[in-house]
Amino acid sequence: MPSDSALRIVWIYPDLLSTYGDQGNVLVLEHRAQRRGIETETVHVRSSDPVPETGDVYLIGGGEDRPQILAAERLRRDGGLQRAVTRGASLLAVCAGYQIMGSTFGGEEGQPVDGIGLLDLASARGPARAVGELVAEVDAALGLPTLTGFENHMGVTRLGPGVKPLSRTVKGVGNGDGFEGCYAGHVVGTYLHGPALARNPALADLLLSWRVGELAPLDDTRYEQLRQERLSAVLAQ
Amino acid sequence: MTQLSLRAQLASALGRSAATLSRMTGRGDGSVIGGRVGLMLEPDLLRKLARDRKLALVSATNGKTTTTRLITSALLELGEVATNAFGANMPAGHVSALSTHKNAPYGVLEVDEKYLPEVLDTTGAGVVCLMNLSRDQMDRAAEIWLLAQKWRNALSGKPTHVIANCDDPLVTWGASTATKVTWVAGGQRWKEDSWSCPECGGPLERKDADWACRECTFHRPEPQWVLDDDAVIDPRGQRWLIDIQLPGLANRSNAAMALAVADAFGLSVERAMPRLREVTSVAGRYTTVERDGRQARLLLSKNPAGWLEAFDVSDPNLPIILSVNAQGPDGRDTSWLWDVDYRILRGRPVFVTGERRLDLALRLEVADVPFALCASFSEALAMQPPGRVDVIANYTAFQQIRSEFGRAV
Ligand SMILES: [Zn+2]
Repeated sequence: MPSDSALRIVWIYPDLLSTYGDQGNVLVLEHRAQRRGIETETVHVRSSDPVPETGDVYLIGGGEDRPQILAAERLRRDGGLQRAVTRGASLLAVCAGYQIMGSTFGGEEGQPVDGIGLLDLASARGPARAVGELVAEVDAALGLPTLTGFENHMGVTRLGPGVKPLSRTVKGVGNGDGFEGCYAGHVVGTYLHGPALARNPALADLLLSWRVGELAPLDDTRYEQLRQERLSAVLAQ
Repeated sequence: MTQLSLRAQLASALGRSAATLSRMTGRGDGSVIGGRVGLMLEPDLLRKLARDRKLALVSATNGKTTTTRLITSALLELGEVATNAFGANMPAGHVSALSTHKNAPYGVLEVDEKYLPEVLDTTGAGVVCLMNLSRDQMDRAAEIWLLAQKWRNALSGKPTHVIANCDDPLVTWGASTATKVTWVAGGQRWKEDSWSCPECGGPLERKDADWACRECTFHRPEPQWVLDDDAVIDPRGQRWLIDIQLPGLANRSNAAMALAVADAFGLSVERAMPRLREVTSVAGRYTTVERDGRQARLLLSKNPAGWLEAFDVSDPNLPIILSVNAQGPDGRDTSWLWDVDYRILRGRPVFVTGERRLDLALRLEVADVPFALCASFSEALAMQPPGRVDVIANYTAFQQIRSEFGRAV
């Protein structure tokens, strides 16, 4: 049984938005917390259920156009995620989930669809699909190493003054203007889909530390091997 | 038997020569290049080659090569069958298959999911077999809801007889615009892509095999054929033991689909079943290769649903070698590794290799599955004690292993 003190990880709408191995982010957070002796409790919130407000770290993933529109509608109606973030919860919003956090995004015919307005950004359908490895240098204020991962989307995202770019792209498309992702408060948005946290364990730790404070170091040999192999393969291209 | 124009005959013949040349020069099995040459000379070749034949098209994310093989084997009971046995499942491959068996009255064609509408339009096939749809190589494949939508449009208003797996909600939705459908309860192991209703997006309620939308009227149709563990129940209620050599539940499901297709061709289960039993290996899948006293059984698995099937077939008492690549045909994105639940491998000796072994290594570490990292398949095999070992590999990793053993498999 989880105790009251367990770290609560909330995965939002895996029935609609978990197309690209998004579960990986949940597993990496659980694993990194548990290896430091932090007990975790993970809640999978289906789109027919209310989003709990008392979670610590929230995750929302990527998906096809139609589920994305449904997810945006349900989240707007529900309001739980917005209240949780106001309370100071961490949130990682990925790909379709990232776009939903803004004021608007492009639907299946490119039509504008309302987001939930949690982040100051607006997205639209871009001219071409961005598919491939992405490398980006993270905003120095966050103190994170190079961002690495895979993107697969047709979105173009413009950031407003209420958020900061997460990183500057070295390879890949990201937001479409030389930047990739954004952050504001305890919320991080990114086009790096699927197990972005497996490729960027320091980002996982940032989300955790926002809730539990300073974290003990871990043996990250496997993570580092994968990061180095990917970074050198991608930058050599 | 097919009456071809002189031009089409020439295109078909030149295509066959190109195929022979390709084989002789060792560039491939020739089925694609031959078809391409033929199509270049006569764009309408596929339509012409398909005319006057009784055709079945087979499509799905997983199991289409095997099911095509099973149906082909069954229909041989009726006469000569043209088929794309090398898994060349786009129009060039179909042209090649039909050119090679010019006089075959029957044809069974494996069709890539995206190409199904085009191939159905072109060939006017009388039977279409649809089995499952799940996430697969998302960096290049179409999104699966979109695929199902295209199937609906393609089948709508056509006289085609569809044989479809009603345990997969997305396949059911994709097939349900067809005029004539035979529903087969073929099972669905991987459910992560069908929690929401394809019709309205509402939540699907599931109870045992049954499913229905909570918000609209879309529900599982009543099946005529039912896969029941190691048996299949036919539309007359008769129960048949599925007596085949291919292992695992997924293959029993493929066999049930094949029997329903055979039935649509007027072939009884009694006559079809012994033919299914003749299939022992499909393009190297399930074959055992041997080196220095180690017998390695090769299982191909290309996506999360496929890994579940491979785990089901694999012997839990044996060590296991896993090999993962991310070349074009595999999909360059390895995110899907995180959709597979590897915890089932805990307690088994696990060996990890392939070009993307570091991705898999981290995945296993996070799943708390101990493993040994190996630079190559040969190294992994050499680390085994003499005896049996299972191998699960994705597409190009699988082909590399086959090549290493001279494709004698
Ligand atoms: Zn519905």
